[in-house]
Amino acid sequence: MTNERPSGHEQQKPLLEITNLKKYFPIEKGLLRRVVGYVRAVDDVSLSVYRGKTMGLVGESGSGKTTLAHCVLRAYDLTEGEIIFRPGDQEYRLNELEAKELRQVRPHMQMIFQDPYSSLDPRKTVYDIVSEPLRLNGATRDAALDQRVRDLLEAVGLDYRHMKRYPHAFSGGQRQRVGIARALALNPALIVCDEPVSALDVSVQAQILNLLSDLQAQLNLTYLFIAHNLRVIQHICDDVAVMYVGKLMERARTDDLFRNPRHPYTEALLSAIPIPDPDRPLPEQGLEGELPDPANPPPGCYFHPRCRYAQAICQVEAPPWLETEPQHFSRCHFARELPLQGSI
Amino acid sequence: MIPQPQVRHDQAPVTESDLLLQVRDLRTYFRLDEGMLKAVDGISFNVYRNRVLGMVGESGCGKSVTAQSILQIVPKPGVVQGEMLWHRDGQTVDIGGLDPESEEMRAIRGNEIAMIFQEPMTAFSPVHTVGNQLMEAYFVHGKLDEAEARARAVELLDLVGIPAADRRVDEYTFQLSGGMRQRAMIAMAMMNRPRMLIADEPTTALDVTIQAQILRLIRRLQAETGAAVLFISHNLGAVANLANDVAVMYRGKIVEFGTVRQVLKNPQHPYTVALLQSIPGFGYRRGDRLQSIRGSVGVPIDPPDECPFRGRCDRFDPALCGGSMPASVEVEPGHQVACVLYEARS
Amino acid sequence: MSDERKSSPSPTLARRKKDELTAEERFFAASQWELMWRKFRKHKLALASGVVLIFLYAIAVTFEFWAPYGPISEQGLINMRPTRIHFRNEEGKFVGPFVYGIEQVVDMETFKRVPVEDKDVTYPIRFFVHAEPYKLWGLFETDRHFFGAGEGKVLLVGTDELGRDLFSRILAGSRISLSVGVVGVAISLVLGSFFGGIAGYYGSWADLIISRAIEFIGSIPNLPLWMLLASIIPLDWPVVRVYFMTTIIISLLTWVGLARVVRSLLLQLRTMDYVKAAQLAGASDMRLIIDHLLPGMLSYLIVQVTIAIPNTILAETALSFLGLGMRPPAVSWGVLLRAAQNVQNIVLRPWMLAPAIVVIVTIFVFNFVGDGLRDAADPYK
Repeated sequence: MTNERPSGHEQQKPLLEITNLKKYFPIEKGLLRRVVGYVRAVDDVSLSVYRGKTMGLVGESGSGKTTLAHCVLRAYDLTEGEIIFRPGDQEYRLNELEAKELRQVRPHMQMIFQDPYSSLDPRKTVYDIVSEPLRLNGATRDAALDQRVRDLLEAVGLDYRHMKRYPHAFSGGQRQRVGIARALALNPALIVCDEPVSALDVSVQAQILNLLSDLQAQLNLTYLFIAHNLRVIQHICDDVAVMYVGKLMERARTDDLFRNPRHPYTEALLSAIPIPDPDRPLPEQGLEGELPDPANPPPGCYFHPRCRYAQAICQVEAPPWLETEPQHFSRCHFARELPLQGSI
Repeated sequence: MIPQPQVRHDQAPVTESDLLLQVRDLRTYFRLDEGMLKAVDGISFNVYRNRVLGMVGESGCGKSVTAQSILQIVPKPGVVQGEMLWHRDGQTVDIGGLDPESEEMRAIRGNEIAMIFQEPMTAFSPVHTVGNQLMEAYFVHGKLDEAEARARAVELLDLVGIPAADRRVDEYTFQLSGGMRQRAMIAMAMMNRPRMLIADEPTTALDVTIQAQILRLIRRLQAETGAAVLFISHNLGAVANLANDVAVMYRGKIVEFGTVRQVLKNPQHPYTVALLQSIPGFGYRRGDRLQSIRGSVGVPIDPPDECPFRGRCDRFDPALCGGSMPASVEVEPGHQVACVLYEARS
Repeated sequence: MSDERKSSPSPTLARRKKDELTAEERFFAASQWELMWRKFRKHKLALASGVVLIFLYAIAVTFEFWAPYGPISEQGLINMRPTRIHFRNEEGKFVGPFVYGIEQVVDMETFKRVPVEDKDVTYPIRFFVHAEPYKLWGLFETDRHFFGAGEGKVLLVGTDELGRDLFSRILAGSRISLSVGVVGVAISLVLGSFFGGIAGYYGSWADLIISRAIEFIGSIPNLPLWMLLASIIPLDWPVVRVYFMTTIIISLLTWVGLARVVRSLLLQLRTMDYVKAAQLAGASDMRLIIDHLLPGMLSYLIVQVTIAIPNTILAETALSFLGLGMRPPAVSWGVLLRAAQNVQNIVLRPWMLAPAIVVIVTIFVFNFVGDGLRDAADPYK
């Protein structure tokens, strides 16, 4: 796979460097759980995330974006590949770490979850929830911990006087703020945001997106931001990677990707977003069909059965990872020549 | 409150004779231990043949309860009050006055008014084939020819874009993907050629490309059958694509009503304005602060008689907004806003 | 309940004492158990059943005091019908509860013993009387009984073929029968939590093996296996040993139900995002179990236990009834019901069925409480 050169101000080493990551899930059959095949949930993905930036990961359900995030957090063991993580001055090879060393790295990377209901233990008070990461890492219940919890709650816009309340007292948006406060507790370098706003109402979604932007600016946070909503991605991400059936289809600066997509799948995704303007209806023709079965993807380019530009070569030969412009990569045989429509 | 919309797409302007359902002062209350939950609190609107009425608002605004009220399937302990005049073939029936279990109501529900839901999995039984369930919908309404029912099932599955419909008709719903299930549910709703289709967040659980497919499908079916559609969604983009008219709901009340152009291109109520502004991507540049609405909708338990949005409104003015719920004011023909800012002007 | 009110700062709130807090704030700061109690309280039948249940167990613990006679002391009246309690004397004057002296006379035509009341002798029923001495819990020696009629006989539900007071014997039997439920389920719970816990927490092959074992044990018809196992208990074992053996035999089959519940609860809880969050913050397996998994399961487990206890009680009753569980001289409801194996007994002496009524009431009460708890177990719905 082609190496990605950092450009301009990104001369520093990336905070997170994923190289040729593969995660295959065995398909087991029968009483003895014989392995009859593999689901290639993440298939040879390379990606770098720079400090203080937001890397967006977009794709439909089944594209492997959540699996990729779980591999980064080492919730799964990798099938193959390398993940280098550089919080502070250290450098960790996450794929090689054993459980004990892993526990030392864990505080540097935290997660914000999609479901504001299942992400908070209903039996714990907000104080317990937010202080849990600190207590797990040596803090005791004392005045200093109280103060830290207060600061965290204030940072995410919650009233610290409510810290003795249980999650059931809060609305979806407020619960999401509690989840963010918990993720911030250990001063992580990287926060994986797994669809953090997709369960929220539009108006509340805007609050949370603003909060995430503010926190990033204040704390120099790095986000790996997973979403299926391209508008959210467009708003908050510096770079975007588009996934389809476990593979990266396109990766670019956000503005480049939206203005000048270089992969037919990205174009299709962009054109499928309904716009709240009756004068700009969805095109009469759109992407037909559904995601192929990741256990049995089509030959050649995975996207060719749905691609309106597909040629004979697409059915037989897997396309290369082409750099069409600096920092703009696409996995399409015709990435350089197709006349694709963007959407701003 | 009969709007006179501009011609949109390929559709003719509405006439009185196209009036299908008149909802007048609909109130659906739930008596809870905590108090009276006024899920729908005195709303009125019309549904016309050949038109799509979009109903938008955040979760908890009473959109789904409105749909359930029309079909008289409000869960306990909900009580529906108000008039719902159903006009068909020269007759008028007040659905609000019918017993939910009556023969007449059952004839309307699923037959004349069909519904599609957000989560198609729960609408289907896992132990019957897709075809059997479609045919069942046909049989309960008195049509009994099995071969004919099956033919219609296959025809409809084909119509909603399920490939190899004659084979899929014998499959179980769990063998279908989410998008295909949603299509099958639309097919089931269309089995009896309903005069009105209620779609309650039909695309919310779907991926963006599948969502676009389903929106196109509903648009096409509506145009082909001439049915009226009540399209409920929190997604303003989806509503813009389908609706002729839009009702914006907030805490059980309709705060703004008009044609899709009036409401989305020239929003007047502060809630509609804020809702449109909080969508990222449009008119925003990356890194801009999004316009958000502080707080959240909350639950209207024993709500006081006042503007439901006042607590979150950026244009809240204690001198103006202190009174009771503002009346709907027509700011332009067919465009109604329930906000004291306009009430004061007129 | 609007959000604005929720989040709007109320500056005095922090300074107020808890009893001055608004109902809303109390609700928001209510723990799981408080919420469960609020919900359970609304279930009137369950609440009433809970009271009855507490009452039943209180009696079982202290039956010696409540019973007018010892469970094995013979009253000289054989197969006696329940004593009539009178309130008015011969002149029709109200004098409070009393019994007449009673004697059994053999009817020379039917050869049946017929009780004859001797209206010249009356014995008033008194409370907190001195009667047969006993040692409560093997510690306190006393002869105080809740009620009695001195020299007279108050036989509330009659006597058995040896002339022992059935009422006293039912109360005595409650100790074994009710405690078998608790002890048996406790053993099941230990077994079920252990195996279900391993299967649910570690998954993979451990889950495979344990799940198959659970299915296998679950497929064995209970009663025949219990009978087989119980028939191994030597006849000359002392009561206490038979008691524990019977309980263990019953638990050997009932733990699979609890193991299944523990496993599925764990599988469900493990996928919760808050468990993942704790893991990402560096929580060890032990921490996860103690902080999140056990508390998450507890309310559901209590429900399961409440449902399992009556089944265990029924199992003991069935085994003892068949003569394979507890046997005389031990007293349990199943042992008492053995008298009802005889059709003649049921026809002529229907009071012999009284223990069955007590069993039925107990089972109902447990099930009502279980229903109420099940509705309250997840107060967040």
